[in-house]
Amino acid sequence: MKAGSVYTEERTTPKVEQRGKQRKANVDYVQVAESSRFRELLEKKKKFILPLTIFFLVFYFSLPILTSYTNVLERPAIGDISWAWIYASAQFIMTWVLCTVYVRKFLKFDVEADEIIEKEIKGGSA
Amino acid sequence: MSTTVIVLFLSIVLLTLYITWWAAKRTTTAGEFYTAGGGLTGWQNGLAIAGDYLSAASFLGIAGMIALFGFDGFFYSIGFLIAYLVVMFLVAEPLRNLGKYTLADMINSRFDAKKVRAAAAFSTITIVIFYMIAQLVGAGALIQLLFGIPYWIAVLIVGVMMTIYVLFGGMTATSWVQIVKAVLLMLGTVVIAVLVFARFDFSIMTMFSEVKTATAHGEAFLQPGLKYTVPLDTISLMLALVLGTAGLPHILMRFFTVKDAKTARSSVVTATWIVGIFYVLTIFLGFGAAAFVGHEAIVAANPAGNMAAPLLAEALGGDLLMSFVSAVAFATILAVVAGLVLTGASAFAHDIYGQIIKKGQATQQQEMKAARQASLWVSVFSILLALGAQSLNVAFLVSLAFCVAASANLPVILYTIYWKRFNTTGAIMAMLFGLISALVLVAVSPNVLSPEAGAAILVGEPLFPLTNPAIVSVPLGFLGGWLGTVLSKESDARRFAEVSVRANTGYRE
Repeated sequence: MKAGSVYTEERTTPKVEQRGKQRKANVDYVQVAESSRFRELLEKKKKFILPLTIFFLVFYFSLPILTSYTNVLERPAIGDISWAWIYASAQFIMTWVLCTVYVRKFLKFDVEADEIIEKEIKGGSA
Repeated sequence: MSTTVIVLFLSIVLLTLYITWWAAKRTTTAGEFYTAGGGLTGWQNGLAIAGDYLSAASFLGIAGMIALFGFDGFFYSIGFLIAYLVVMFLVAEPLRNLGKYTLADMINSRFDAKKVRAAAAFSTITIVIFYMIAQLVGAGALIQLLFGIPYWIAVLIVGVMMTIYVLFGGMTATSWVQIVKAVLLMLGTVVIAVLVFARFDFSIMTMFSEVKTATAHGEAFLQPGLKYTVPLDTISLMLALVLGTAGLPHILMRFFTVKDAKTARSSVVTATWIVGIFYVLTIFLGFGAAAFVGHEAIVAANPAGNMAAPLLAEALGGDLLMSFVSAVAFATILAVVAGLVLTGASAFAHDIYGQIIKKGQATQQQEMKAARQASLWVSVFSILLALGAQSLNVAFLVSLAFCVAASANLPVILYTIYWKRFNTTGAIMAMLFGLISALVLVAVSPNVLSPEAGAAILVGEPLFPLTNPAIVSVPLGFLGGWLGTVLSKESDARRFAEVSVRANTGYRE
């Protein structure tokens, strides 16, 4: 693979244009990416997103796995309603709850992201 | 065909044309055409996303599936809903922060290579075409049933309408048609669900115990296993459903119509609530149809069960409600196909013409002209395909589109955002592996090859046992991206630093 040529050839074409303002190539993104503020933010996001994503995917796939390979969810739970319906409703509730949790959590991350823009990007490149 | 249905049908057509006329005045730049100028609020965009999602396949298809197969029909609802968590947690914000008009824009924020953009545009167009044929074939069949007009005229009516919306009103018209339709659809669904619930004395317990004896399946109707009997096939389908949404270009494009990641986030929340409530109501629709219309009447109208909701409306609310539901179904189809035309056209006009052929130097006017021409061609091409595809199974085409989206688009999106080492070769191989494996596996699956004459498109022994190949093709997409990356030495840590900072902070220079 002619790895280098791909970049040099394409550097001359304009990048995805930025909305409004002109592009100034002054920001040292590597420096920002390596700053402790940014790395902390990434770490916090990862700690939040990764376990929850694994959780909801495992919970989700457990439903078809349980219904395909076992009969446990076919037992009645309340009256004529079997556990399969309860399990499925739980997934609906989980979706709404996780959505709300995500929004609340990310409101805090927004503040930190703004701080990085103010202090690391605008402050750092001046 | 009654007078009521004609009046409602025409009101919807007139209302959408008025929206298009209003939107056309506001659509003068390429940005306005592709993304409504990024000016939608979270609420509006959330409704539009929900609208894009609640296609005729959801409204008519799922209601019918639950009516015929009970719990197994509900699998679709669960998969489609949880897909929003994947969108929200992994894709929505970085996509909004990095992209501009199209999915290819987002991937190319990291790789400038034209071949990456070409591959992304190609997979977008492939998915849009599959999805579009599914919607148009479904639309033709539905309108034929509802209004008693021939299939080809029905396809032409829908085709001409969608072309008008996109051509003149761009994303503004497409979004507002979608918003109006989402509100009407929710209204219709809530009314039917309440009427059904009233018949069961507003008691969930009564509903379940009555449905248990209402169908020929008896108790089995309320248990999983009526339709999906091959475990791996069920799991593969569920995989395509949950991962496909985060790779569907016409859904992803919606995130470019809002001003920032925060608004993108709130639009996902709105969409999740609306879609979730809708899917809960599909249980009432399906059970209602099973109990008050009956298996035989549903299958007699349409073997796939697509007429369950309109028939239920007739049984509960007579001609008026039936007409209203039919008109809403019609609006649903129009709005979804318009969104698809726009997405296909943007891949042609922005990615292939504007960025690859014109190297990003096209003027506003040139790109607008190209976008309008592309819309016209995408429409004409899809209408021609739909006219020839009348006998294809609609659900199969939709699940294929989801599978291609999950296999070809999702791996490259995730790698672009999260994997430092990922490179150009990896991006191309991820897309090609996913796309080709999904297409090839479907082509040799029981959908296409069946030993029984008439059961599938061709007669023969299927070479691949599963009807939905996602369980194989999604890992292949990820594998392709990994292989391409480790086999070529190139990597650009500097560029990843930029992508990572911009994706996580929303900073734009």
